Amino acid sequence: MTARIGVVTFPGSLDDRDTQRAIRLAGAEPVALWHKDKDLKQVDAVVLPGGFSYGDYLRAGAISRFSPVMGTVIEQAKAGLPVLGICNGFQVLTEAHLLPGAMLGNDHLHFICRDQKLRVENAETAWTADYSEGQEIFIPLKNMDGRYVADEYTLDKLEAEGRVAFRYLDVNPNGSLRDIAGITNEAGNVVGLMPHPEHATEPLIGTGRTDGLPFFTSILKKLVTA
Amino acid sequence: MSRTPLDTVEHAAATPDVELPWAELGLKKDEYERVVEILGRRPTGAELAMYSVMWSEHCSYKSSKVHLRQFGEKAPENDAMLVGIGENAGVVDVGQGYAVTFKVESHNHPSYVEPYQGAATGVGGIVRDIIAMGARPVAVVDPLRFGAADHPDTKRVLPGVVAGIGGYGNCLGLPNIGGEVVFDACYQGNPLVNAGCIGVMRHEDIHLAKASGAGNKVILYGARTGGDGIGGASILASETFDDAKPSKRPAVQVGDPFQEKLLIECTLEAFAEKLVVGIQDLGAAGLSCATSELASNGSGGMRVTLDDVPLRDSTLSPEEILMSESQERMCAVVEPEKVDRFLEICAKWDVIATVIGEVTDGDRLEIYWHGGKIVDVDPRTVAHEGPVYERPYARPDWQDALQADDAGKLPRPRSAEELKAQVLKLVASPNQASKKWIAQQYDHFVQGNTVLAMPEDSGMIRIDEETGLGVALATDGNGRYAKLDPYTGAQLALAEAYRNVATTGAKPLAVSDCLNFGSPEDPAVMWQFAEAVRGLADGCLQLGTPVTGGNVSLYNQTGEAAIHPTPVVAVLGVIDDVARRTPVAFQEEGQLLYLLGDTREEFGGSAWSQVVHDHLGGLPPKVDLERERLLAEILISASRDGMIDSAHDLSDGGLIQAVVESALLGGKGARLVVPDGLDAFTFLLSESAGRAIVAVPRSEEVRFNDMCGARGLPATRIGVVDGETVEVQGEFELSLAELREAHETTIPSLLT
Repeated sequence: MTARIGVVTFPGSLDDRDTQRAIRLAGAEPVALWHKDKDLKQVDAVVLPGGFSYGDYLRAGAISRFSPVMGTVIEQAKAGLPVLGICNGFQVLTEAHLLPGAMLGNDHLHFICRDQKLRVENAETAWTADYSEGQEIFIPLKNMDGRYVADEYTLDKLEAEGRVAFRYLDVNPNGSLRDIAGITNEAGNVVGLMPHPEHATEPLIGTGRTDGLPFFTSILKKLVTA
Repeated sequence: MSRTPLDTVEHAAATPDVELPWAELGLKKDEYERVVEILGRRPTGAELAMYSVMWSEHCSYKSSKVHLRQFGEKAPENDAMLVGIGENAGVVDVGQGYAVTFKVESHNHPSYVEPYQGAATGVGGIVRDIIAMGARPVAVVDPLRFGAADHPDTKRVLPGVVAGIGGYGNCLGLPNIGGEVVFDACYQGNPLVNAGCIGVMRHEDIHLAKASGAGNKVILYGARTGGDGIGGASILASETFDDAKPSKRPAVQVGDPFQEKLLIECTLEAFAEKLVVGIQDLGAAGLSCATSELASNGSGGMRVTLDDVPLRDSTLSPEEILMSESQERMCAVVEPEKVDRFLEICAKWDVIATVIGEVTDGDRLEIYWHGGKIVDVDPRTVAHEGPVYERPYARPDWQDALQADDAGKLPRPRSAEELKAQVLKLVASPNQASKKWIAQQYDHFVQGNTVLAMPEDSGMIRIDEETGLGVALATDGNGRYAKLDPYTGAQLALAEAYRNVATTGAKPLAVSDCLNFGSPEDPAVMWQFAEAVRGLADGCLQLGTPVTGGNVSLYNQTGEAAIHPTPVVAVLGVIDDVARRTPVAFQEEGQLLYLLGDTREEFGGSAWSQVVHDHLGGLPPKVDLERERLLAEILISASRDGMIDSAHDLSDGGLIQAVVESALLGGKGARLVVPDGLDAFTFLLSESAGRAIVAVPRSEEVRFNDMCGARGLPATRIGVVDGETVEVQGEFELSLAELREAHETTIPSLLT
């Protein structure tokens, strides 16, 4: 038995097919979900992929958050459904208030695409269990609006509760507060990050590293053994 | 205010003496007279609008056509060619049932006026050309040329162009895998913004721009039509047509990549369900072009009701609707029983789609507005039978003096210390410096198939996950070489792109080009153009790589000053398994460095002559295409059989530039020995063509040498991958840190 992991396609999603491939490479079954469809097709987990949903013309993720599919995702995430938001998906998760904080434009005002070094700060979430705490990994980053911000109280709370999941190392590529690259909710089932683990799953492709694969093997193991 | 009567065909026939603004629309007197002769009456305003845009240089290739014919006449026999010149883009067979379409186009003039939108819509246009062939776009490349790097206006143009390409391409989900960035004062008022795209499809999915089958519906889908991008709009909005119109419209289009992304997905879905008989994108000349080309290529005529075109601005006149270059629009021909399904797919993607007409069994293109017939033409006369000019051309009188000004006579470094200083200056110069600051503003990873991207010699994309089949694309051009000798310059561009494909391990297959020149009305420019086309056509014939399509951009000129003739050549290659690709970066210490090919004293047009002496003169390096072919075969065999672990083509900046790039990318230094028979200066800085450096694992040295020996390719052992420095024994040593500082800080410090 394997797990069925849904990947939502919003209009303007770009990395939906890549994410499906990464899920397949990890050994799980990818299921395409459509933004206009409330039905999650009984998947065991959901990934909100990267891209520029609705062109990001308003605020990244601000419109997608109101799509029919997100109504169900929000409801079920609160009930424990594992959800991973990558880049634009992370932005959607903050807009949907499944994760705290918000994303602003990069401090240098340019799009940035680079192989980014990260430190895994929390290896206990549904999506990070195959890493070890403190592990240093390289995951491609590519975004225009990647600067994570939140008020001091929220940031302190995230730190105190161990909810900073990933931190930028060496270079802070977008001005994110406290070098935050990704966070988790209290229950550890919802994780969002700006870098793209789905682009680091094959040795030949992209940066040639497979540091992103554990995201997908983590969730698979959790679902299959659950 | 009273409206002038609608200028119908009937009205035009009844009012032969009405003066039309043909000159303001860019038509010459004899061209206008020819329109009258074709129609047997004066054209209506709408017909005049169509003829004027379709007979423009940009759409009709009227000055270049007589020369471009050579690409067909001299085309090499090539079984891979599935669709040749004349369609939206050429298509080649890459094996395993896959076909690849690719093309390079220019968006030079708009990018100077409005860098962000000009460059963005350049990407949009080339991508629609690729979709229109039935293919999924899989990558883009951008060969760019700007004025002097330290000129204040470059700081306006370059960041805008780069942000526009990124803003559009990143949002479309297309990895940007290559291109060039070149600075030269000659491009100061005329930057060159060329954009290329590759698309992949199965053989059976190839679509053509053709309207056939009477009764089939013509569907316009995508963005609404607005007043943007109307060439010569100020004239159109003048009182001659209708004085109740808003006046001036911007001539640069505004892009909406989100709309284009939806257009890609819904078009591919319609293709997959076999709903489309013929398709055309709306680019230059908008609906005028799409309707006349679809009708002209098909078997029947076409009737269009212009009132049905969805508008952004309800006050647009029919002439403006026909000329509008609003972006993100396409036109499909669909059988009546499939129309509902086609519209459903568009609705799924929230794309507006409207039936605006149908294919008829006649041979006329008829367009109606408010019930009146405003266009009644033979579409071929609009789309394909435009004027053809035999522009006079003559070798400029300054060419001899330029060639006599031999760069070989320039003072050379007199000491090792001076040589070292010049090398450091070279690798830090804007043209030779790292373009990472630019490349990192483009998404290289999206779609998850990028095997190689800049600064590799060519970009490479995997097209089949099971077999590892992939394609490579390189674009090259050197305006300095072409200025010294346009025929040779064009062949050098071809040779370099061909070589760049081969160094990555792919087999060169076909060519697209973007020919950027000054004004065709200047006989000297026309001579440069004629020579470059002749050189490229001869070169393609010799290398067996046909030109599948391309683009000509003329009038890249400010006042009397034309740009350097700049033929940009794109070569597409195929590789059976991307796992065998060869990167530029040095991989392992201890591997042996070999120089392949012959090094001569060739400095004309070289980077050294520019950086150290600000000089342009003499002759460009010699071209030997048979040698290029042999070199490519060796590089491909060596890659396939695992004999080399890295390879880098030698071109501008010569051997030292290539070694420094491979060292910095790999984080590993090199120890070089000047080979017998060469002086250090020539060894390091000559730009002789037909050369590459390769890193050979020691275990493969004998086998590699044997192969080169047996095939007759000179292979000289020049050193070893080693340490933290680039050392030229007996001359100088530069640390990687020092080189990195020089190579990587130039561009950011000039542009931020």
